[in-house]
Parts: sequence; structure tokens; C-alpha cells
Amino acid sequence: MSINISETLTFECETGNYHTFCPISCVAWLYQKIEDSFFLVVGTKTCGYFLQNALGVMIFAEPRYAMAELEEGDISAQLNDYQELKRLCLQIKKDRNPSVIIWIGTCTTEIIKMDLEGMAPKLETEIGIPIVVARANGLDYAFTQGEDTVLAAMAHRCPERSLLGDEREETIQDQAMRNLFPLLPLRKGGVNPGPINNLKKHSPLVLFGSLPSTVASQLSLELRRQSIQVSGRLPAQRYTDLPSLGDGVYVCGVNPFLSRTATTLMRRRKCKLIGAPFPIGPDGTRAWIEKICSVFGIETQGLEEREQQMWETLRDYLDLVRGKSVFFMGDNLLEVSLARFLIRCEMIVYEIGIPYLDKRYQAAELLLLQNTCKEMCVPMPRIVEKPDNYNQIQRMRELQPDLAITGMAHANPLEARGINTKWSVEFTFAQIHGFTNARDVLELVTRPLRRNNSLEDLGWTSLIKGEKK
Amino acid sequence: MKLAYWMYAGPAHIGTLRVASSFKNVHAIMHAPLGDDYFNVMRSMLERERDFTPVTASIVDRHVLARGSQEKVVGNITRKDREERPDLIVLTPTCTSSILQEDLQNFVNRASVTSDSDVILADVNHYRVNELQAADRTLEQVVRYYLDKARRQETLDRSVTDKPSANIIGIFTLGFHNQHDCRELKRLLQDLDIEINQVIPEGGSVQDLRNLPKAWFNLVPYREVGLMTAIYLEKIFGMPYVSTTPMGVVDTAECIRQIQRHVNKLALVSLDRTFNYESYIDQQTKFVSQAAWFSRSIDCQNLTGKKAVVFGDATHAASMTKILAREMGIHVSCAGTYCKHDAEWFKEQVQGFCDEILITDDHTEVGDMIARIEPSAIFGTQMERHIGKRLDIPCGVISSPVHIQNFPLGYRPFLGYEGTNQIADLVYNSFTLGMEDHLLEIFGGHDTKEVITKSLSTDTDLTWNYESQLELNKIPGFVRGKIKRNTEKFARQNGIADITVEVMYAAKEALNA
Repeated sequence: MSINISETLTFECETGNYHTFCPISCVAWLYQKIEDSFFLVVGTKTCGYFLQNALGVMIFAEPRYAMAELEEGDISAQLNDYQELKRLCLQIKKDRNPSVIIWIGTCTTEIIKMDLEGMAPKLETEIGIPIVVARANGLDYAFTQGEDTVLAAMAHRCPERSLLGDEREETIQDQAMRNLFPLLPLRKGGVNPGPINNLKKHSPLVLFGSLPSTVASQLSLELRRQSIQVSGRLPAQRYTDLPSLGDGVYVCGVNPFLSRTATTLMRRRKCKLIGAPFPIGPDGTRAWIEKICSVFGIETQGLEEREQQMWETLRDYLDLVRGKSVFFMGDNLLEVSLARFLIRCEMIVYEIGIPYLDKRYQAAELLLLQNTCKEMCVPMPRIVEKPDNYNQIQRMRELQPDLAITGMAHANPLEARGINTKWSVEFTFAQIHGFTNARDVLELVTRPLRRNNSLEDLGWTSLIKGEKK
Repeated sequence: MKLAYWMYAGPAHIGTLRVASSFKNVHAIMHAPLGDDYFNVMRSMLERERDFTPVTASIVDRHVLARGSQEKVVGNITRKDREERPDLIVLTPTCTSSILQEDLQNFVNRASVTSDSDVILADVNHYRVNELQAADRTLEQVVRYYLDKARRQETLDRSVTDKPSANIIGIFTLGFHNQHDCRELKRLLQDLDIEINQVIPEGGSVQDLRNLPKAWFNLVPYREVGLMTAIYLEKIFGMPYVSTTPMGVVDTAECIRQIQRHVNKLALVSLDRTFNYESYIDQQTKFVSQAAWFSRSIDCQNLTGKKAVVFGDATHAASMTKILAREMGIHVSCAGTYCKHDAEWFKEQVQGFCDEILITDDHTEVGDMIARIEPSAIFGTQMERHIGKRLDIPCGVISSPVHIQNFPLGYRPFLGYEGTNQIADLVYNSFTLGMEDHLLEIFGGHDTKEVITKSLSTDTDLTWNYESQLELNKIPGFVRGKIKRNTEKFARQNGIADITVEVMYAAKEALNA
């Protein structure tokens, strides 16, 4: 391949015939994240079947989610939606007593125009449990965007910031952090951060995007090292602990698929958005922290060394991936950030497929991608929005990438054709944020390469009978 | 609206897709929103398919909602026709398209003008039928379509093969051990000197469907899928069919005898001879299959009267109930199925082989039934396996819905004579090994260190004194929980607060009585 470095990124848009998970799958991780919630998916057997199969064993663990399965009577409006939902929600209240019920609207509720947003407030007062409505349907969204719709809906439920209350909250939060990490040295070879009042006073910062709690603590810790205090998270561990928002609160996203949430926070809650690259990979994490610090006028300390240190620890994996090529088929919106990280790892990215690209919300990430490409002297990858899987497979036949990051529908067939694959879904569920977890990303990326290294000499890479053209 | 956590049978379109993608060179196009193509994941992951699943979606998005699909569906059909050159394209409606009420038949008509492939619209209604019913219907629809077409083109050859031959109908993708069953059935028919005319839909070609009537008879191994097709072929071509599932020693013999009757009717006329399979049945039963011998062996004796619960699809649950009760002397406390549409048949099959019958598609009802009965083993689906895990009762999986471990690489048929061996292993391994059980009882169990904290019963004010605790610890681990629960139940019923060894024995006696 001729190295032809184009100066700018190229964006394309295909037919949108691609495979991805339905956005209702967000209940899988959100119900675990928000401990006192209950997710009610108002949809059909199709939705239920997807959840049941996609979530595998979780389904047997008495999950805090259920289907409100619509029957023919509901579709033809022989039954009263409000009465039906009331009946189910009362049952949920009786059985589980959650602090919030989240209704997930689906394609069906859209098509029959069930007025979930209208019914929720009425029912809420009647049964005494908050009801949040999120329309996470396959008509409008893909996979992780489901979380975006839930968080955007939840942003409306965050309490309004009152100065007095916040001071207290910060102290409590901080105390909690200290309890969590009493033994960790907070800065290598440097001075330990002193008591709370040593932290620089800055406007409150709320991070949005759900993360496993250990990852959330790790990121808070990184910020604390720069004397930045995270005053709240959306979502919080419990619905009752949602952060207070309002004028003067700074918000920053941790995931690339949260553009609606970002918009809601800015427009409806008057928060200030910090547009930063996402903390995926050591480069991303550093850029993310730097951006936040620059907004608060804080000079970063030891961040470059910290990043360098991380790269050192990744050396064995970097040796494996160097010079190898990657093809992202696109299904979870993490693609740009991951591609940027992998390019920094000296990989070559042929194509970044992505379901939807919000160029404003991802602006900083796109810029970092562009700069990374220039710095590493590799061609800018083509970014294909709403990709067409059939066309992509034809392109892959031409390009023969060393690794395809793809959904499970294509993984086995591609492997049978001698193309290494990594399931993209794993990036959604694995811990990939922050310095600490950069290794996990590479662990995932290199797994097919490592596995296939050990099988290399066996002579059975391509395992299909002559394919017709 | 129904509050649902889990379902046994999937939505209708899954059935249609399973049939369509089982045929060779047939492509299905779903009229569905983004994300509804989860079927491809299941096929690729569970079946470990090497080929791309021939299913794509004609995406229903916001624009379609506003303006209708317009050219989109037709465009997608003609595009797929160009790209893959399939013999047949099946347009598959989903729950979404059911409500949109677009005239999909019209799209099909338009697309079939421009494309070389045949195009049909699967005749299934999401809100009326489930996965299995839809599969049955779609298979019949495809067969009917090609036979009608052959008749119109006058390419239909109505003569039968010279030698006895059979079609096997209903083997398809994501079916429970279907691939293995198919191989076993082929072997069985080969042993009986019967040629295989066609196997549909798995691996079948729609172009060959016109030759279906050349077979002497049809074999429909599974109740759920294929029966409609067999009945159609009987009605139009007078083809007889055998629908007895050859699962278990007795039913396999019964199935072979039925085959013999059908074959002989024609053989007498065209070959001037008859076949007698009795010696084959005898030979296989006594010496090839180990199941008959197993049922006489000491091992199986130890299973006598043990309680079991069976739940699954109609075919497997009914056959399993009969095998357990009739061939192994196991006490089936409850047999059930989620195939509500086939309840009558199921009841008739298991009548007399079990204490009670449960027809439901609500897994909590099944769970409650199992908790109440406390069987020594469960034979059910993956759901029952998990119920069993919670209650500490072993479970053998005998029916869909299934997980990846139910798609074994090794040869594991459930049908035919090798199937009887596999089932015997499954049953025997599911029950706590007979001898081990016996020895543990004699020597008071080997895991006496285990503390008895795991229990399903609610916390009570019942206290166990030192001796009774000691006694309880002597009971083998796998029945300890049950004894504890029973004793506490007994104590509560009799207003006893302190549990002594005496109370334990009294409870045991009361329950045995």
C-alpha cells in the first residue's frame, strides 16, 4: 500500500445495513450500575428474545429488569395502556420496591405512539415511585446510544444545585474517596495530597457516562492527583444520589456515545461542557485530564511521566501489534477513540466504521485522531458512518487486514476465511478507561493475534470450501 | 401487557429465519428496525457457522415510519438478488412490520418481476404464532410454493423411486441436537434398506423440492416442525407419513414398525415382496443399543422410584417422560410442555406415565412446581437447569431453548438407537450416581465439614440442638437441604420450636407415611 498521507479525515456515509445490538441492551449494564433501579422494557417478544439471548446467564440471576410484553390487545388499543402499565408497575413495586422505574420505549411503542412521557408523571404521583422514560429504540439508535437516551432522561431528574448543599456533598464524597484508597500513594515520589482544603477550589465537575465503580474511582483518583475534585457522576451508584446540576457546573463525558446527554446537560441544565478526547488509552486519558485541567486553569503535574510509564508497561503488547492493520466494522461508537489509541500503538487503521458520528461532541477526539495520524506518519483512516456490512466485507477481502473488530454475527465467518477477529461487544463490557486499563484494551486486541500465533503452523487458517463469487 | 422475564419459544420471525437459512442458497430479508438481526449472532455463535448467515434486514427507521418503505424493500430484494444470486428470497415480517401494516405482498410482487430469484412473503403473524409454529408454517409454505410452481410448469414427476425411499422433514438450524439426529436417522433408514430422497430444510435445495413426492413416505421426527408439510403432502400426493418420534427404545421400535407398514404397502405392488424389520429391531434393541440392557442392570435398579420432573417442547418432553417411566422405572412426578398450542396431543402422550401434567409458558410456574415436588433430577431446558442450580437439584437438558453447550461437537443424537445410549448416559449422570448415593448414606456422607447456611427456607426461630445438628451433618450434602427443610416444615406444622434428633426422625416418618 502506498503511504499517502491525506491532511484531513474523510467521512463517508453508507446505507446503514449493518449489524449491531438493539439499544435496549443498555439495561444490561445500567441496571447493575444503578443499584436501586428497575428497568421495564415496554416492547414485544422480539425485544424480550433479544435481551434473553444477548444477556445470557444474567437472565437467571433475578435481574432488576423485565419486559412489559405487548400483546395484540395492547396494539389494537383494546386495553388501556395506562391501566396496564399501572398494574405492572404496582407489581414491580410490591416485589422489588425500587427507588426508580425506568421505562424503556421500543420500536413498537414508537409506532403505536404510546404516550409514555405523558403517562409517566401521572403514574408517578399515583404509585409514589419516580418513573423515567427513555426511548431507546432501534428506529433511531444503535447499541450504546441506549445508555445515552437513559442518561439524557435522567439528567432532568438531577436536583438543582444549591450552594449550601453542594459544599456538604463534596466533603462527604471526598471522605468516601479517602476511605476507599487509604493505602494508595497518591503520587509517585511526590508529596501526598494534603487534606481536603488543599485541593484547589474550582467549580463543581460532574462526569457523565456509566463506568464500573472501580474504573470510576480510578478516574477520580487521576483527577485528584491534579487536585481536581469530582463532585458527582451521572449515573450515580444509586438513583437517590444523582448529582446536582445547574448554572456553573462543569460536565465532562467519559464515553463517545453520549451526545444527547451532553446536549441535554448544556441546553436544559445550563451546564458547561468540557469537550475533551475520551479517557481511553494512555494518550486519551492524558488528553482528557489535560483538557479538564486547562478549563479549570490548573497546570498538570507529572502527567507526561505517568503516560510514559504506562506505555512502558505495555511494551510486550506493543511489540505484538506494531505494524499490524485493523478494520473496524463499527457497531458501538467507541470506534474513533479505540482507533486513535491503536494508531498510537503503531497499528494501521484501514477503516473506522461507526453507527453515528456527532462531529461536535467528538470534535476533540477527532482532532486528536488527526494529530496522532500525522505524528505517527500513517494515512488517515476513512471514517464510514452508517456502514454497509456487505460492502465492508468486500473491502476486507481486498485489504486482508490483520484484525477485524466486528460484531458476533460476522466473527466466526471471518475467522473461517482466515481473518482474525475481535468481538466489538467486549470493548463495551470490559474496563477500558483510564491509564490503569490501557492494558486491558490491548489484552483484548492482541488476544486473537496471540491465539493465532500458537496455531500458525498448523495449516488450517482458511476453513471454508471454495466460495462462489 | 404481560410482565415477562423469560420465554421458552421465540418470536415468529425467528422460526421463519431458521427455516429459510437452513435451505441452501435461500436468503431472508427481514423488514425490521436496526438490531433485530440478532438471529445472525445466534446462528453464528451457537451453531458456530462458518458462513455468513443469509439473513439481512431492510431497515425500518424514522424515515420509513414517516413515509413508508416505498422503494426500500424492493431495492433491498433486487440488490440481494444481484449480490448473492439466491434461488429464493423470503421477505420476513417482524413485530414492527405487523403493526406498520405496509403492503409487503405488493413489494414482493414488484420485486419478483425484476429479480431472477423467486420471492415470497412469509405468511406469519407475530401476534398469533410463536417461533415453532412459524417455522412449521414457513416450511410448508416454501414446499407448497415449489410444488405449485412445478405443477404449473409441468415439471412435476409423480412417479416414485424404484426402491423404498423417504424424506426426512423438520431438521433445521438451531434445533436441539438436530444435526446429530439427522445423521442417526439416515443411518437407521440405511439399515432398513431405505434410500433418503431428501432432507428438508437443512442443506436442502429449493430447486429439488419438486422431487419430494418421489419418496415412498415422509418421516417427521419432531412434532413441532414439519407436520404441516407432511399433512400437505399427504393431502395432495397421498404420501403417507410417520410422525412417531424414534426416541427411546420402545418408540424407535414403534416408528420402525410404522415405516414397515407404509413401505410394505408399496413394496407388495412394485417390488412384489415385503420387508420385515422385526429381527433388526430385536438385534438393535438387545445388542446394539445398550439402553435395554442398562435398564436391566443394577445401576438402573438404584434409580427405581426416584422422582423426576420433565419439561420442554412437546416432542422431547413427551418422549422423555415415556422413556423415564416406561423404560427405566423412574417416577415422573410432573411432565410439562411450553407448547401450549399442542397441549391436547401432549396430554394424550404422557397420560399414565406421570402424576401431573403442566402446560405453561411461564417459567416461574415451572420453578414453583419443581420447588414443591423436590425431585431427585430434572429433565428440562436451560431454564430448568438454572432452577435446578438454585435448588441444588441436578438437571439434564433435553430440549430447546438451549445454550452453546447444547451444540456439542461430538456425536450426540437423541433419536434412534445411538440416541437411546446417549439418553441413558444423560439420565444416569443426572441422578446422583446410584452406588455413590448408597455408600454415602451408609457412611454418613463425606462432606461433614460443610456448614448448613445455604437454604431456601426463610429464616425462622427454629433452633437445632447440638445432637440434631450433628445428625443433620451426617446426611449427605445433596439431600441435606431437603431434609432440613422438611424437618422445619414438620416442626412448624406441629408447633415445635426446638428441633431434636427425635423431631427429625418424626419428620422423616411423617413424610414417609
